[in-house]
Amino acid sequence: MAAATVTVPQTDMPLSANLRGKVGMWCLIIAESSIFLIFVVAYLYYAGKSATGPTPAQVLDIPYFASFCLFASSGTIWLAERALHRGKVKQFGLFWFLTLALGVTFLVETGIEWDRLIYHLPNGASLTISTNLFGTTYYSLVGLHAFHVTVGAIGLTTILLLTLFGAVKQEHAERVSVFGMYWHFVDVIWIVVLSVVYIITR
Amino acid sequence: MGAWLELCSRLSTVLGPMSRSTNCESQNSTLYRLARRTALLLPALSVVYAPLMSASSWGPSSTPSIFKPDSTPALDIHHLSLFVMSMCLAIFLVVFSLIVYCIVKFRKKPGDDDHEPPQIYGSNQVELAWTVIPILIVVVLFLAAARVIHAVEDAQFPPNTIEVTATGHQFWWEFQYPAYSITTSSGRQVLTTANELHVPVSDKDHPTPTHIILLSADTDHSFWVPQLAGKIDLIPNRRNEMWIDPHDVGHYVGQCAQYCGTQHAKMLLNVFVDTPEDFQKWVQQQKQPAVVSDQVAAGRKVFETNACMNCHTITGTIANGRFGPDLTHLMSRTTIASGVAPNTQDNLTLWIKNPDALKPGCLMPAMQLEDKDVTALVAYLMSLQ
Amino acid sequence: MAEAQPIVPPLAIPQEREGARPFVQVLHDWIVTVDHKRLGIMYFSYGVLALVVGGIEASIMRAQLAFANNNLVSPEVFNRLFTMHGTTMIFFAAMPIVFGIANYLTPLMIGARDMAFPRLNAWGFWMTAFGGIILYFSFVGGFGLYGAGSAPDVGWFAYAPLTSPAFSVGHSTDYWTIGLLLSGFGSIATGLNIMTTVLCMRGPGMKLSRMPMLTWLNTVMAFLVLLAIGPLTAAQLMLLVDRYLGGHFFDTQAGGSAVIWMHFFWIFGHPEVYILVLPAFGVLSEVIPVFSRKPIFGYSIMVAATVAIGFISLSVWAHHMFTVGMTSYANAFFVASTAAIAVPTGIKIFNWIGTMWGGKITFKTPMLFSVAGVAQMLIAGLTGIMLSAAPFDWQLGNSYFVIAHFHYVIVGVIVFGAFSAAYYWYPKVTGRMFNETLGKTHFWLFLIGFHMTFDFMHIPGILGMPRRIYTYEASRGWETWNLIVTIGVIFQALGVLVWVFNFISSDFKGKLAGNDPWDAWTLEWSTTSPPPDYNFAELPVVRSRRPLWDLKHPEDPDWKYE
Repeated sequence: MAAATVTVPQTDMPLSANLRGKVGMWCLIIAESSIFLIFVVAYLYYAGKSATGPTPAQVLDIPYFASFCLFASSGTIWLAERALHRGKVKQFGLFWFLTLALGVTFLVETGIEWDRLIYHLPNGASLTISTNLFGTTYYSLVGLHAFHVTVGAIGLTTILLLTLFGAVKQEHAERVSVFGMYWHFVDVIWIVVLSVVYIITR
Repeated sequence: MGAWLELCSRLSTVLGPMSRSTNCESQNSTLYRLARRTALLLPALSVVYAPLMSASSWGPSSTPSIFKPDSTPALDIHHLSLFVMSMCLAIFLVVFSLIVYCIVKFRKKPGDDDHEPPQIYGSNQVELAWTVIPILIVVVLFLAAARVIHAVEDAQFPPNTIEVTATGHQFWWEFQYPAYSITTSSGRQVLTTANELHVPVSDKDHPTPTHIILLSADTDHSFWVPQLAGKIDLIPNRRNEMWIDPHDVGHYVGQCAQYCGTQHAKMLLNVFVDTPEDFQKWVQQQKQPAVVSDQVAAGRKVFETNACMNCHTITGTIANGRFGPDLTHLMSRTTIASGVAPNTQDNLTLWIKNPDALKPGCLMPAMQLEDKDVTALVAYLMSLQ
Repeated sequence: MAEAQPIVPPLAIPQEREGARPFVQVLHDWIVTVDHKRLGIMYFSYGVLALVVGGIEASIMRAQLAFANNNLVSPEVFNRLFTMHGTTMIFFAAMPIVFGIANYLTPLMIGARDMAFPRLNAWGFWMTAFGGIILYFSFVGGFGLYGAGSAPDVGWFAYAPLTSPAFSVGHSTDYWTIGLLLSGFGSIATGLNIMTTVLCMRGPGMKLSRMPMLTWLNTVMAFLVLLAIGPLTAAQLMLLVDRYLGGHFFDTQAGGSAVIWMHFFWIFGHPEVYILVLPAFGVLSEVIPVFSRKPIFGYSIMVAATVAIGFISLSVWAHHMFTVGMTSYANAFFVASTAAIAVPTGIKIFNWIGTMWGGKITFKTPMLFSVAGVAQMLIAGLTGIMLSAAPFDWQLGNSYFVIAHFHYVIVGVIVFGAFSAAYYWYPKVTGRMFNETLGKTHFWLFLIGFHMTFDFMHIPGILGMPRRIYTYEASRGWETWNLIVTIGVIFQALGVLVWVFNFISSDFKGKLAGNDPWDAWTLEWSTTSPPPDYNFAELPVVRSRRPLWDLKHPEDPDWKYE
């Protein structure tokens, strides 16, 4: 016996199954945000409470260039997604590569800053993760973010390689933009870290 | 009572039109019967509570029950607890009887036809009622609790409050009385003792509470003497405080209530509430530097030439370690090892030879001394009145 | 309007017995599976195994505590036992059981073929399983004398600074940390999967307002997972930084704070217990209507109460810290938020009673466990109310009263709910009916044991017995109560044995169940028992919350009244 054919009103339909990549990524973003939130809370809680050692005001400089690179990479990834949506795979590849380059530049800049803080502070001072509360919370928070940028960079590289092998096509635009959400999330976290660490509590 | 019956009748009228059967009458009468029975119970309960609330002092007990409060913070908590528990009991009786009623009355009877019962989806009025009433109960509960929180935490202390600083260690208690000190040839030291706290009894008209500051030398602990107060934790790098004003003379017991390591279980508390005269006598005795006696000079030498002096303090001697309990007036205490064993010669001997026999996993090392040294040492320690 | 014809799926044919194929092939299929049903069974079985292991740990502890100054085990061993018992039960017994039920049933209840991300599902399971193995490897690889390993002994909430390198030597604590980090990632994966499945994969006509109660409760649970596991992950990463990189997050000697660990842990810890209990509520909300032959009373309010519980549970955490010395304002706030959560919880209890009211209740085994769960939730909620009054908690906190309270919830509601779910859906999962007499035997044995143990356990708490002590003085007057508490364990263990025997033997000998042995109303009962790999050959039309009721009662369908 066949089932009755009753048309189901549109209001009775759920979100399309095609949206599950985006919804899933939002869930991941929520979960990751709660991890970052706790590191930010720890940073704020311990701000100004270090017994010794360098203070933020003494050693931190606002990372203008690195931040610019990361924010610009959000722009380039958006441009890349738009290009792929329109089927322009070459343009997509170019912007995608730019995104990766900007992201890697951010990481390199972070590395340079850490090198300066550990080895090249004036008067023989040094800020490591074990120096004081500021050191612990700073390296942990910025390091956690840098780790997420690194993971993103690995993802960017993978997709770039797939593009170079011709495996990425217009029909993959939706999936690529799911990954793009992650990259934007990393950027938003940087806005928070930048504000909390380099501006508000410095 | 009237309100309760009114609620029951509204319940039945409301359920009536929403259901697809007409069983209202029988439900009505059962509900009325239930309501009447519950209402009669309430005056009976208050007869039970009166004696519980009026007892103002139980005296110390070897069973540290929270329902035998002997100090104002514990009493405040007790009164709140009676209120909360009676509320919970009332809620339990009502709701549990409804559950029992359901499983008895609405059981499928044998020989019943298999028609489905009336399919009821809900009732706005009923659901509103059982949302609003709990909200009211919660508000009342919050107000009652907030009042006691404020009374205990934000209390003001009269000028003759005894100040004590309690420092938690793994696995013993250090008590210092900042107001008193011991003067010796090498200077003044604040009066320090271990494991057994002495406080004066507090008269209701002229209270002499004891204010205790809580610190920790290592990890988290918690000071809990149920008959005297609720517990407050001792947390390193944090200053907490509590207060007690015992109403009865005697020996109150408690123990550490925050897991602090291997021997958390044996970090016992003994609080001796003395009459004001006895308390002053105790203080005077504790303010003396350590007894010096030539008879036990050999033992004293053993103490000072071994590692003992690195951990323990005996005021008036060169021993000034802070890792272990102050031993200046060791024999004024009834127990050793933070309440684990009575303070006798045999136990002291055993403790020094093999601490793990009394308190396995404690931080006192076995000193590996020869027997004759141990005997001399114990004789010395027993001279420290 | 066309008349809806009842769906007639293929006859329930017992699947070819697994033994007919080579064992290696069967094993391989289970290991590489991404099918939500198999993963659900694996999660649930893993959880039951951990339940037994945790139960053995508890039994040894109870044997030690039955008499004052007992020396059955040393303090070191006892401290490891309570740490492992708590950690095992929460993370490797209760969470997997909850995830197993959610994984198995969610697609079936909403009319989907699988979860949104089947491979992620498998990854999540194996991360959880592996985390448990790492935790138990501590017995071999952790800190101990003479190179022997030993388990962590810092308590399941691992308060700082007991976990600092100074007080926790060797690697035992690290096995705790890393085991839970790994299983935490698995939990986040499962939460993400449930949320996405419910939002995106529902079948046609399955509006959110028509989902079964269990699915709603699993969704709010998934939401809490996404928010609450993060703080634990963060705190554990910080602990690793402290222990291995010289960090000072919780290093009180360097100005760090022990209290901030407590905040972070309980910001996770309290929502965690709601992650465990909400699915149990969901089970009760499925079983009670079916065995009362009435729909759930007040579906919308039940959903609203669930969402309220989810949100409020994020704001109550410091009721675990009333004794830490917070200001009176902070204490008062947490009294308010904790007491507030009693309102939606109470609503649920009343609605379950309202469901039974006027029904025709049959007391099969699933219903027995569910009704007991309701009564026990009432008591557990009330002892929770007592603890929410902060001054009362100053006496009762960290005592055996608290242990009694939370076991009342975890065993009395969550484990009872798990048993109810197991019995209710066993026919669907295996295609066979279990032995009802053995089921009832399990129920009565376990009920008696549970109440012997956990009712009487409140008393030593009132008499001043703190938790986490390996022994106690005889003069305290706690001994009799502890002995009664210990004896109850025997009945519970027997009950569990009966249950396991019943389920294994019924899988071979039980009567064939058919699609819908309980005459129930949600979508999973429309397909075969066990369901085929693809779940549904054809989906029934979903026009109400009880699609099968509509099919069975075409003259009086639900959608006329909703």
